[in-house]
Amino acid sequence: MQSSIKQWQDWIGGIAAQGKFVGTNRLGFEGKTLKPNQVISDGPYAEVKEMVGGYLLVKADGIDDAMKLAEACPILQIGGHVEVRNVIPMSR
Amino acid sequence: MNEKTLIQQLFKSEYRKIVSVLCKLFGAHHIETAEDIANDTFLLASETWGVKGLPENPTAWLYTVAKNKTKDYFKRRHIFSGKIVSELKYSQLNSESFEMDLSEENSKDSQLKMIFVLCNPLNPTESQIALALRILCGFGIDEIAVAFLTNKETINKRLFRAKEKMRMANIEMELPNSSEIHSRLETVLSTLYLLFNEGYHSSSQHSPLRKELCLEAMRLNYFLIENEATNQPMVNALMALMCFHASRFEARINAFGQAILYDEQDRTLWDEELIAKGNYFLIESAKGNEISKYHIEASIAYWHCTATAHNGKWEHILQLYNQLLQIEYSPITALNRTYALSKVQGNERAIEEAMKLQLNENHFYHCLLGKLHSEQNPKKAMECYEKALILATSSSDKRTIQNHLKKLR
Repeated sequence: MQSSIKQWQDWIGGIAAQGKFVGTNRLGFEGKTLKPNQVISDGPYAEVKEMVGGYLLVKADGIDDAMKLAEACPILQIGGHVEVRNVIPMSR
Repeated sequence: MNEKTLIQQLFKSEYRKIVSVLCKLFGAHHIETAEDIANDTFLLASETWGVKGLPENPTAWLYTVAKNKTKDYFKRRHIFSGKIVSELKYSQLNSESFEMDLSEENSKDSQLKMIFVLCNPLNPTESQIALALRILCGFGIDEIAVAFLTNKETINKRLFRAKEKMRMANIEMELPNSSEIHSRLETVLSTLYLLFNEGYHSSSQHSPLRKELCLEAMRLNYFLIENEATNQPMVNALMALMCFHASRFEARINAFGQAILYDEQDRTLWDEELIAKGNYFLIESAKGNEISKYHIEASIAYWHCTATAHNGKWEHILQLYNQLLQIEYSPITALNRTYALSKVQGNERAIEEAMKLQLNENHFYHCLLGKLHSEQNPKKAMECYEKALILATSSSDKRTIQNHLKKLR
């Protein structure tokens, strides 16, 4: 566990060293899902096979640059994958 | 000790007390008046003591004169009864009965409030530092000018403008309330941190002055620790950081005033007592949940103060730099992190990461690349150092780079 935290920190530290880090969080295992008509189900991942483990917000020069940052993500070594998306600010 | 040295010493320790106590009495926007009175007091001291010799208790002499000068000043100006009395917290006072309270308790309280008045985000940081040096540290305008590598006129203008701004904003002489104190303390600490760095890294060759700037920053920081309201974890963390850095003060400059690199420092010159103090404040800083950048920087400095590379020293340092960069990016932190990475994961991996940093205009960047290439590829290393040499501006940096080149040839 200790060495896995280091791996993650080395990856994030490498992004931060390029001045491209904005923020990150791991997502916990607790959660509920609210659907129309007050339907509440347990767990955030009741109906999907995958779950989101966390997010990392970066400043990048486009998707390709962000993809480069994603290359060293430790999740890739344990069968996970990284989805890279752009962010559209709510107001400009 | 002759009276001249004594007056200089007293100016450094008593000027701030007189000005702070007066400002607490009149309000911070009368800071010019408070400074005039304090200056007049010291002027009279140097005139009188030179002729009549030292008084029995010089400090008490200064206080009495300051009190009398204050009374005279307001009698003469006729503004005491009108403009200022109405602003006095104890409005029943009049010019005859009002007492300038220079007791230790009130003096400390006034100085604490003064720190918050002067370290106010209203003014740019270089003005905050100049104000702190002038009023809290009793520095002469010429000394401040040397510290900032500029002239007296610039400093005078800077101080004038800063005080003018404070007057316009009607800043109160009071401690921030408990909900504000944390964020206001951050401003105060960043001013003290810059003051310390000014002394520690400044390109000014005047080394005794540089050390004095560091000591003043530490003294003011300690003042915050002594006060319950401001004795917070991040204040202790900054104190620890300063102690660790200051412990190497003697080791990092040679007899000619040139910088000595960390690896080449004579470790017997490191001040063990300051390192022990740093450890103490680092432990104090761990009380509470917050981790500020000072906590992380102090922890890095702690590891640098441990001599050998055992116990995964560089692994710890790398992890701390990873954390620090997530709180605050700076090119120099990014370079230090990459150096730590080379110590943990080897030069090749570090070169790979260094190439991503895109700090081509920074001579330290090329120095780092030179260092990382030195073992496996001396030719490439020389190219890097050559680039660094072109970009470096200070003569001491150039000399360091030339030494590296000499070793590679």
